[in-house]
Amino acid sequence: MKNVKSPLSKAFVIVISLILFIGMSAFLLEPASSTTGNEYLGYKAKDSAASVKAFADVYRVLMSPRCMNCHPAGEVPLQGDDSHIHQMLPKRGKDGNGIYAMKCKNCHQPSNTPGLNTPPGNPKWALPPADMKMVFEGKSARELAQQILDIKRNGHKTKEMLIEHARDTLVKAAWDMGEGRKPPPLTYSQFVKAWDTWINTGGYAPRK
Amino acid sequence: MISLKINQKQYDVDVNPDMPLLWVLRDVLQMPGTKYGCGVASCGACTVHLNGDAVRSCVTKISRAANQEVVTIEGLSPNGDHPLQKAWLEADVPQCGYCQSGQIMSAAVLLREKPDPTDQDIDDAMNGNLCRCGTYLLIRKAIHLAADMQKQGAKI
Repeated sequence: MKNVKSPLSKAFVIVISLILFIGMSAFLLEPASSTTGNEYLGYKAKDSAASVKAFADVYRVLMSPRCMNCHPAGEVPLQGDDSHIHQMLPKRGKDGNGIYAMKCKNCHQPSNTPGLNTPPGNPKWALPPADMKMVFEGKSARELAQQILDIKRNGHKTKEMLIEHARDTLVKAAWDMGEGRKPPPLTYSQFVKAWDTWINTGGYAPRK
Repeated sequence: MISLKINQKQYDVDVNPDMPLLWVLRDVLQMPGTKYGCGVASCGACTVHLNGDAVRSCVTKISRAANQEVVTIEGLSPNGDHPLQKAWLEADVPQCGYCQSGQIMSAAVLLREKPDPTDQDIDDAMNGNLCRCGTYLLIRKAIHLAADMQKQGAKI
């Protein structure tokens, strides 16, 4: 039996395929907040290309050891430029401050301790709390972008709070983590610019 | 001059505010029960209580302890009769003994926050205190023993 397709049916298949592709692309480039979309950010104007491009820079910083080490997938923080499991295995605890005799601030002082292999310090030193772990480790760029803009998973931060969060002293401390630790791949000002751009252009998640 | 409250006593010390608490305890105030181990908060030998938390005094600047409550092994109990101290003796825990004051100070925080700890609780609390003699199993046994004493009404 011969399989004959008319030019008309071929055109029909092509048109349908194009419609499906465009439709899928819209899903792949949705705003990062998957539940509320751009309404959450309060923006009508969108620039998905600029937003996704900016998040690529944001993602490089967030996945660097200086940020990711305290956003682990497990209950124990990571440590060092190779993000190994923190020696002594301190656990997160309910509030993120550690447990029993193993609380973060027992070793991590309000400021960096001088010397190599000494604990870096900050008054806010802690992990995210147990009920809002805000995991970075193992997340794809798409997953992390969606998490950050989901108010149920980002520490209950609104758009304004997210913008402010990049100015937080603990975030800024990533660029001053004591001797022997590699800083994030962008400068702090480059990071803030990329962060703001990502959010202010619509908070789009990359495709992957 | 920096004011300190250590083991319920008031002290005024004239030292650099960046000096580690450990040096003030040992070299200025002549309280040698707290030990120097690694100097980088990695071994726990220098553990003391600062406002009830088991801080590593080798990296804790004296300025952080100013006007705060500090307790060292010398002040854990008036007569060395804290349940942990009694349990330590009963279980014959120490070998060389160097790390033991830090071990007991960490265990004291554990028992205060978790009066009936499991083995896992003990491991979680004591992971930051190293013992080169390997007395870990005896430490665990003594903590359980102290927990039992505490349940029976011993003061903690």
